[in-house]
Amino acid sequence: MEVNKQDILMVGVGGQGTILASDILGEAALAMGLDVKKTDTLGMAQRGGSVTSHLRIGKKVWSPLISPGEADVLLAFEKLEAARWVNYIKPDGLVIINKLAIPPLSISLGTQKYPNDQEIIDSFRQRTSRIHLVDGTKQAGLLGDIRTLNIFMLGFLSHFLSIHFDPAIWKQAITKQLPAKILDINIRAFEKGREVASSVNL
Amino acid sequence: MKTVRKLLSGNEAIAQGAYHAGILVATAYPGTPSTEILENLARYKDIYAEWSTNEKVAMEVGLGASYAGVRTLVSMKHVGLNVAADPFMAAATTGIHGGLVVISADDPGIHSSQGEQDNRHFAKLARVPMLEPADSQEAYDFIQVAFDLSEKFDTPVLFRITTRVAHSKSVVELDDEKVRQGRTKRFHHNVEKYVMLPTHARMRVPQMHKRMVDLTDYAETTPLNQVIEGNDRIGIVSSGVGYEYAREVFSDATFLKLGMTYPLPPKMLQQFAGKVKKLFVVEELDPFLEENIKMLGIQVEGKKHLPRFGELNKSAVHHAAVQIGTTSHSSKTSEVQPLKDLPGRPPLLCPGCPHAGAFFVLSTIGQRSKILDASGKSEKESKLIITGDIGCYTLATYPPLRAMDTAACMGASIGQAIGLEKAGVSSDIVAVIGDSTFMHSGITGIVDAVYNDAKITVVILDNGTTAMTGHQDHPGSGISAQGCATNKVSIEGIVRGAGVSDVQVVNAFDIKSVRSAIRSALDNKVLSVVIVRGKCAVANKGRKNPRQVDLEKCNDCGVCLMIGCPSIQKKDGKLHIDAMTCMGDECTVCEQLCPKKAIVPSAGKVSR
Repeated sequence: MEVNKQDILMVGVGGQGTILASDILGEAALAMGLDVKKTDTLGMAQRGGSVTSHLRIGKKVWSPLISPGEADVLLAFEKLEAARWVNYIKPDGLVIINKLAIPPLSISLGTQKYPNDQEIIDSFRQRTSRIHLVDGTKQAGLLGDIRTLNIFMLGFLSHFLSIHFDPAIWKQAITKQLPAKILDINIRAFEKGREVASSVNL
Repeated sequence: MKTVRKLLSGNEAIAQGAYHAGILVATAYPGTPSTEILENLARYKDIYAEWSTNEKVAMEVGLGASYAGVRTLVSMKHVGLNVAADPFMAAATTGIHGGLVVISADDPGIHSSQGEQDNRHFAKLARVPMLEPADSQEAYDFIQVAFDLSEKFDTPVLFRITTRVAHSKSVVELDDEKVRQGRTKRFHHNVEKYVMLPTHARMRVPQMHKRMVDLTDYAETTPLNQVIEGNDRIGIVSSGVGYEYAREVFSDATFLKLGMTYPLPPKMLQQFAGKVKKLFVVEELDPFLEENIKMLGIQVEGKKHLPRFGELNKSAVHHAAVQIGTTSHSSKTSEVQPLKDLPGRPPLLCPGCPHAGAFFVLSTIGQRSKILDASGKSEKESKLIITGDIGCYTLATYPPLRAMDTAACMGASIGQAIGLEKAGVSSDIVAVIGDSTFMHSGITGIVDAVYNDAKITVVILDNGTTAMTGHQDHPGSGISAQGCATNKVSIEGIVRGAGVSDVQVVNAFDIKSVRSAIRSALDNKVLSVVIVRGKCAVANKGRKNPRQVDLEKCNDCGVCLMIGCPSIQKKDGKLHIDAMTCMGDECTVCEQLCPKKAIVPSAGKVSR
């Protein structure tokens, strides 16, 4: 099988499940027999900081870090976090952003301004036109628990990956990473994500 | 034998490998990026794992276990080895009995540390061998070799990793059913080896030198060091994660990949240098390999083209490749920039953090808020100087609290406060230190303050855990590293026992009590200790009745925003408390502080 390299950057705010989502994708790639490297930067252990996860999949992967201009995909769980990584996306790379703003304290204190959607989209347009905002938080809420956001977004992303993963592999990877009592709702979130993605052209 | 493929972090792989190598004792003090090594080892019920009081004790316990003949792993972050340097040097001198491996987890780029240092120098300083894995597979494989080396050459082995190796996950093939070798536990009396009187130590030193000569021979032939054949136009010498970046950038070069970075193999290096047209070293931080290779009389370049500080990355190595002419500058991808002035998301104290109230109180004393400029500087001396320490609470340095003036290293707050007072500053001085940090190295400071009659106030923020590194237990928590109930060391008992008479213990979430305790401590011109006690928000599972803002009463004074609680936000010009993150009844700090009584319990319960 000819394997495409996939460099996937996942970003969010502490508590959104960014690292868990990339862990699941990493496990799925491992189960496919691929080489995987994954590195997370989460700073200190407090809640609410910026979280970034670099995930690299391919036949052989050396560097654990994705380099600027080389990310095939950016999956962002929050808009401001997405906006920080414009320079990392490769030309014509795929950008998927959850339509959610979590304002940092400086916004509440009125000392800084949160960028609007158009500004964020325009900044990505320098590199790519494949940008999509999806209301994952709303979809997760409809499923019954907004904490399924990360798995919904992962399901959404899975539709666009250039490596084809067998559905059974996804299920196995999700099962491995999640406690049994929240498994069902998360499997549904994953499937919902795929379903919503299937009507999106990117 | 059952070979399995797993996706493991470097730290997980080290723990797994050390377990397979047959260790019976593991010690550590938590510190990013090393913490997960002991956390993973603590889960094995057939070894003994402890959170030691600090790294020095961890090393001493490890040394004792090694003397008993058992394989022992001691792990710490880079600055932890500064604390442990004394017993580490002693271990290098006495040698070992059971294999002793010391992990130094360095933090290039300072992701979560107070400084950057290249601990490879410690190997040279202590005259011990050093191994450096580049990924999780090597972490798993090398740690097992490290124990063999330790026993073969009667030496502790320095096992040096960096944040990127410790925390990156990569594929590891391992034997899931590997049988651990049993060992005889026995201490052999041997005063010439174990009692470092000058007469004995003098005899050990030549043996240490002999050991390095033997290890140099070993380095020439060990499979830890490997040549990867390629184009002879350039030969790259590399180790650790730098090797991973170099392999990607110099995809067709010849490589000398060093897994053992001290001592170096002179013959191997000379041979390697002889067969390539240009020799280039790719390494992170200091020119450690480069300088040691130059000492062999070999011409080599490295740091002339690579950064000497900060975390290395592929772009920096690529830049170096362009400079030395092996790669053409291929900038097909134009530079783009993110939006200007994006608001940052600096780490903050969590919603419901027991430290927030105490820092709010401190921030309102001594006109600190009036004289500090936006960057936290002031020509004037505030009427209250706050020396700080290492932990979550160091975040109180940031706006809006800005309630910390110093933070140097573990335990320094108390000594610094004593120094400021003895130097004669006219302001009041408060040292702020957390419970785990107090146990680590605050106790000697308190003893010094008592002995030298320092008229300072020490605020001990006791949240019952080592929070910043991810909630590890410590001597004051009453739970062992392996999850068993154990003796609990009392902070107030230590303080009173040392001779402090003005000791108060207050509830962290009762702002009036916190304020009056700190006020009375400051007014009382003797050594005073205030223990501010409250459960860490992350460990606190109770979460009832999140607060909300009654907008009819709110006059937008902004006091609640000065706590720096992430739950309190301003949306569309109106104050709003995020019900999902507010700790509700467990905290109520904002409710107590609101001058208009506009913060009230919400009607509905939000459970998480």
